[in-house]
Amino acid sequence: METTKVIEVEGLVKKFGSFVANDHLTFDVYKGEIFGFLGANGAGKTTAIRILCGLSRPTAGKVMVAGIDAARQPEEIKKRIGYMSQRFSLYEDLTVTENIELYGGIYGMTMKEIRPRIAELLDRLDFTGHADTLIGSLPLGLRQKLAFAVAVFHNPGIVFLDEPTSGVDPITRRQFWEMIYETAAAGITIFVTTHYMDEAEYCDRVTIMNEGRIVALDTPSALRKQYGTSSVEELFVKITRPQRERI
Amino acid sequence: MAAIEANNITHRYGSVTAVDDISFSVEEGELFGFIGPDGAGKTTLFRIAATLIIPAGGRMTLLGLNTVSRYRELRNHIGYMPGRFSLYQDLTVEENLNFFATIFGTTIRQNYHLIEPIYKQLEPFKKRQAGRLSGGMKQKLALSCALIHKPEILILDEPTTGVDAVSRTEFWEMLTQLKHEGITIIVSTPYMDEALRCDRIGLIQSGKLLSIDTPDMVRRSYSRKLFAVTHPDKYRLLLALRSMTAGSLQAGTSGTGREAATESHTAAMPGPLAGSAEPFGDSVHLTLMEGAVPDDIIRALERAGLAGAAIKEIIPGVEDVFLELMKNGD
Repeated sequence: METTKVIEVEGLVKKFGSFVANDHLTFDVYKGEIFGFLGANGAGKTTAIRILCGLSRPTAGKVMVAGIDAARQPEEIKKRIGYMSQRFSLYEDLTVTENIELYGGIYGMTMKEIRPRIAELLDRLDFTGHADTLIGSLPLGLRQKLAFAVAVFHNPGIVFLDEPTSGVDPITRRQFWEMIYETAAAGITIFVTTHYMDEAEYCDRVTIMNEGRIVALDTPSALRKQYGTSSVEELFVKITRPQRERI
Repeated sequence: MAAIEANNITHRYGSVTAVDDISFSVEEGELFGFIGPDGAGKTTLFRIAATLIIPAGGRMTLLGLNTVSRYRELRNHIGYMPGRFSLYQDLTVEENLNFFATIFGTTIRQNYHLIEPIYKQLEPFKKRQAGRLSGGMKQKLALSCALIHKPEILILDEPTTGVDAVSRTEFWEMLTQLKHEGITIIVSTPYMDEALRCDRIGLIQSGKLLSIDTPDMVRRSYSRKLFAVTHPDKYRLLLALRSMTAGSLQAGTSGTGREAATESHTAAMPGPLAGSAEPFGDSVHLTLMEGAVPDDIIRALERAGLAGAAIKEIIPGVEDVFLELMKNGD
């Protein structure tokens, strides 16, 4: 594992009024690492991701993404990252080619750079017959694979994946993770959230957030050992489940 | 009499067949799960059951009432929770519940015992607008609203999608409790591990039922011995094991078909060791070719520079079976 830091977070605090959504988060993410970001709904994950993506500013603390200060130059961050979520990824009423051109253009690539790489990308994805297909008529699995390829099309240093495989069939889900592995092996850092706990095990390291704080951060195997559980799922429930009487 | 009886249900959207000749029955008091990915046809099937869609073909009865001809009567006996949150976002928790109770001619007080264990957790927030609740809370409110008229059958379309692992566990505990009250429940989910919470499951993909049985019998239907292989370098392990499968050897040979491929390989190497290799989190699930033993895999991995790998036989999970059925269907 390389030790170049792609994300550096130190004492990150984000408040909404009196509500503390992120309470002194500190962590680093390295180049080429697959970093799993887990937590219960409402734990503060989305707030932190929005800051890391330059969409929201920290209340306090130091946040560096791809060498850029998130508090000072959030716009610069946006240019250097890729982003994909299950809710929104591609424009359904544009074709495969049009979507790639649009995203490439948004990230400042010229048509001259984009065109040759489209053919190469479609070939790699086994998508050659789909160049002029509308996204809306593609099955979800293919759409998600393409969305991922588009998110890293401009060669960002890091890509944020927000529940990328939600609802995707088991075969495609596995193909998707192989794309993630491949991309990480090529040096692009992967920052991923998921509700599939088996997917957490694919990550190099995982962090678990609870009530605005990071409560665990290590490799899946080290965490399993530390908490004496057989899976990350068990560990997750153990850490984040409130200690109250069961109904 | 079965609580739900579906015979040859088919439904199309334009040229797409969303539900393709599906038949099943659900016993009274049963917790029955439909397990499958997005686009499998779960929502269409559930809308037909909830009397919201008239199927293009086939017939379905709930409590002996036909979903098409007796839909008005039937609606009083079923509770439906759609996949998309569909309560009134600008009404409070309490107002939503009151609204649904009134529509069905009842009151919160009358059936409070039924929703109490769920609603108790919501009560501190009863003056909050539904749109401002967290994901887990919304889901509990939606379940309360679906229950308030004391339905005999609950139809829950992906109630746990996008919900964290802890809230999901809690939700399934609630369903088990409702089952003990005698309520028949059909529920759909894309999370294969949730299958184990159901009495019986139907695996569904591309509009077709691949299998219906108890979770245990579904797991036993896996046709081969299954092994879990582990090594710290998960990606290289996967690639190495993939290269040992029959599919990979054939695909990797630019010969003139299967026969040529097999021949050229028997000359160079002993042939494929593995039938399939699928990543499952921290391990790769592997089936062996006839004649191969686990030690062969360990030795082959050592040759590939992956010393220290471990292999052990495991009981297949529902997802293993699903993968096998999907591949056989291709």
